[in-house]
Amino acid sequence: MSTISLQDTHHHDSHDDHGHHHETFLTKYVFSQDHKMIAKQFLITGIIMAVIAMGLSILFRLQLAWPDKSFPLLETFLGKWAEGGRIKPDFYLALVTIHGTIMVFFVLTAGLSGTFSNLLIPLQLGARDMASPFLNMLSYWFFFSACVIMMGSFFIQTGPASAGWTIYPPLSAVPTAIPGSGMGMTLWLISMVLFVASSLMGGINYVTTVLNMRTKGMDLWKMPLTIWAFFLTAILGILSFPVLVAGVVLLIFDRSFGTSFYLSDIVMGTQVLPNEGGSPILWQHLFWFLGHPEVYIVIMPALGISSEIISVNSRKPIFGYHAMIYSLIGITTLSFIVWGHHMFVTGMNPLLGGVFMITTLIIAVPSAVKTFNYLATLWRGNIRFTPAMLFAIGLVSFFISGGLTGIFLGNAALDINLHDTYFVVAHFHLVMGSAAIFGMLAGVYHWFPKMFGKMMNAKLGYLHFWLTFICAYLVFFPLHFLGLDGVPRRYYAFTEFEFMNKWLTVNVFVTWAAIVAALAQVAFLFNFFYSIFKGKKAPQNPWEANTLEWTTPVEHLHGNWPGEIPTVYRWPYDYSKPGAEHDFIPQTVPFSQTMSSNLPHDFEGNAEAEKVQKDWEAVNKPTQEEAE
Amino acid sequence: MSLKKLIGNKTMAALAVLITVFANTSAFAQEAAAAATAKPVDMGPIYKSTLFYILLFLLLCLFIAIVGKALRVYELTQETQGKQSINWDKVNGIIFAIFLVVGLYGVYWEYTVHGEMLLPEAASEHGKKIDQMFNITLIITTIVFILTHIVLFAFAYFYKSSNNRKAYYYPHNNALERVWTIIPALVLTVLVLMGFLTWRSIFYKIEDPNNKPLSIEVTSSQFQWDIRYPGADGVVGKKNYKKITAINALGIDFTDKNSLDDQIGDEIVLPVNKPVRFILTSKDVLHSFYMPHFRVQLNTVPGMTSYFEFTPTITTEQMKVKTNDPSFKYLLLCAKICGANHYNMQKPVRVVTQAEYDAWVVKQTPYLTNDLRKAFNLPVIAEPVAAPAKADTTAKDTVKTNQIALKK
Repeated sequence: MSTISLQDTHHHDSHDDHGHHHETFLTKYVFSQDHKMIAKQFLITGIIMAVIAMGLSILFRLQLAWPDKSFPLLETFLGKWAEGGRIKPDFYLALVTIHGTIMVFFVLTAGLSGTFSNLLIPLQLGARDMASPFLNMLSYWFFFSACVIMMGSFFIQTGPASAGWTIYPPLSAVPTAIPGSGMGMTLWLISMVLFVASSLMGGINYVTTVLNMRTKGMDLWKMPLTIWAFFLTAILGILSFPVLVAGVVLLIFDRSFGTSFYLSDIVMGTQVLPNEGGSPILWQHLFWFLGHPEVYIVIMPALGISSEIISVNSRKPIFGYHAMIYSLIGITTLSFIVWGHHMFVTGMNPLLGGVFMITTLIIAVPSAVKTFNYLATLWRGNIRFTPAMLFAIGLVSFFISGGLTGIFLGNAALDINLHDTYFVVAHFHLVMGSAAIFGMLAGVYHWFPKMFGKMMNAKLGYLHFWLTFICAYLVFFPLHFLGLDGVPRRYYAFTEFEFMNKWLTVNVFVTWAAIVAALAQVAFLFNFFYSIFKGKKAPQNPWEANTLEWTTPVEHLHGNWPGEIPTVYRWPYDYSKPGAEHDFIPQTVPFSQTMSSNLPHDFEGNAEAEKVQKDWEAVNKPTQEEAE
Repeated sequence: MSLKKLIGNKTMAALAVLITVFANTSAFAQEAAAAATAKPVDMGPIYKSTLFYILLFLLLCLFIAIVGKALRVYELTQETQGKQSINWDKVNGIIFAIFLVVGLYGVYWEYTVHGEMLLPEAASEHGKKIDQMFNITLIITTIVFILTHIVLFAFAYFYKSSNNRKAYYYPHNNALERVWTIIPALVLTVLVLMGFLTWRSIFYKIEDPNNKPLSIEVTSSQFQWDIRYPGADGVVGKKNYKKITAINALGIDFTDKNSLDDQIGDEIVLPVNKPVRFILTSKDVLHSFYMPHFRVQLNTVPGMTSYFEFTPTITTEQMKVKTNDPSFKYLLLCAKICGANHYNMQKPVRVVTQAEYDAWVVKQTPYLTNDLRKAFNLPVIAEPVAAPAKADTTAKDTVKTNQIALKK
């Protein structure tokens, strides 16, 4: 067990050679190939995009709360899109569209997976870097270009894409249907192709690294749940994102080269379009074939992160490690055959509706198992409420709430009246907009010491958590009721229908809650950027965790471990093991050093080890009793 | 000493921030002054109010910073005196407990107050089934929601960190895990089965030959609904998007005899307790035919016809009594993003008795006008006098001629 593999030593040597290269500012901070730096690049870009998208949401919340009020300041910033200080209807739709696109793709996919997969896969598996550092760098720069192009669409005359983040054709395909479907949509599509390229490069890298570069002793069933989640997320992404690209390319053809994949029988005003034989439903199938796995791409890393954080801070092993993994695998598999639940009322054959309803509700089972396992992990724990832990608990709460509302929407019969209403908005903002974001924030608080070698201020973290947690519920809980009253989403104003008037006060309330939640993020942003430079220096293992990343030195170095890569002997969740000296036993501690706490289960049927343990116990156990 | 220095630094930092903000806003003000020459709007007060809010926020930040510092000072003094400083695990645990209690009350408040503001009872046959299904799901999910949250936050409160205790090493329990796999699976199986049956009963209708559904065609376009009633023959005629012209907005094909008597519905009027089959089509982009009171929604898709059949069971007048709202109206909304005026794409809907419907429907104007007759080489009838008072008779006349045309 303790022999040093030659390969490791070799790696170590080559790392030393590498260290002699002179690192310039450009190679260290910009075109870096070090996975830790790339993770930080993803994170900071993600945070910037999140702030932008949050700002957009405040803009349209202002419009919803005070549809008749003029905000002259908006005109100063937005010009003709907010003439007279009031946001125009088509710009409102652009805001909604870009808010959704940024949040789903740039923040919760790239910002979340990109950051934590890059940071943690090599560190928690004991690898010097990703399988292909160069591809990794390319992945970030494709993502960065995608962001720039997407934001660039705010600076063109016809404005950004405004057909909703799902860009259903024909609205997105016909420029005369809405101004945003002109140049803005072209930029959206280009940005999305770059984004998918980025996410594929990332995904291939993650899968390769997980499969090939684990350290000695780290078999698949000793990997932390974070890695399992990132691994399965990457597989999901690799299998589903190409379908989106296919869809996007066909849409580009329809828009720019006159093909008819999605268009048929269309008349704009009295102008008959020449397209024949296409179907808008085809786009929806292609989009949601990615789109549904996408929501799991968003939530699974968050679940993985929270599994790790809840276990560390409860000082308990995660309950049902194997069940957690099997349910992740179950979610991964099932997520490919549920996309049709977004399309119950599109006019798709009702038979399909029935089938997709069955698969959709089945996926609730593994999700339920995960929730109960989280609760069981907390049971009789010794819970340390670090900010990361608070956010992880918040995630569990949102995951329950959002998951339960999903049971309504997954039921085709109920979806008839709930589809495209505020109920849907409330549902996915609880699961994605709250749970997944909380997972990301939990991860930032937890691994900040690893990323920057500094500690974040815990008290500001508490303030940030409580304000965000409370406000998120205040924002999204009432929205369910709007949906149940039949208020459709993406409505610019509630003024044209009498029955919606009663919800205007609710809208004002929700907007104020959203503003407070947005301001609460200032506590985070300040804490984050201030701590990078002025934070307290982090100890090597601030949370007393078992996983490998805390065995690396605080000061970063290219190659992660100064000496040989540590060997792994045990699973990552030996917290509060009876008989152990401390309440945590890192993965690198061999069983031979923890004779007093070993359990028969630990040896996985290794007869020799069991015998050694029995012999030891025969000698030591009675003496212990005597001592007592 | 060092403490004093720290506070000093903080104040300096805050001042620096304030100064920067002032500088920025004055820069904005200058820009505004430049813009003022072009636009007569006086931006002065607006900037002042914006500045006011920004300063207010900064003041709040300063306040939080001071509180933070004070806490730090308190903790340090406690530490130096060897006393226990603030136990943040305890504080957070207690907030979780408070959050649970207040949150549960909040949920109760939402259910009772906002829950009272929802749609009235379903006004259609299948809608009743949907509502029943909804109620069952609501009860199950609410129970799970409340119980899991009580467990979650209670655990957070009771098992907060303590030095006297060690966490219980409990890695797995297969029996327990089996229980909470199988129970959700069973509950979901029940929900799936019920949902599946309800869904089938909505979309797979067996036609009753004695009670044939009334066919009504809906054409959506930015941003209006065009309604076509079938006329006396009960069949909505063919249409072809290629025939759309300025005078034939729907592209109705008048060479199809079924089209000749088709009528324009400027509102949707439905006879109560009679099945109605909506033929849903779209002219330009996707729209969604959404009538929440009947629990009816289906997208309208260009190039693909879709159908939704249901039976309204409550007339508008009855609903006015039931909801105690004399201004009650059934609604048709668009629920699929379709462009700038998506938020205002409506059509009035009325459910009336059969007798009222019969009286109403004969008064509706046909699509076929003289201009269209010329375009389709049909015999032109004498130009009716365009007097509103005589509109009724005109309509009847045309219906008659249509029937003549049909006979030919």
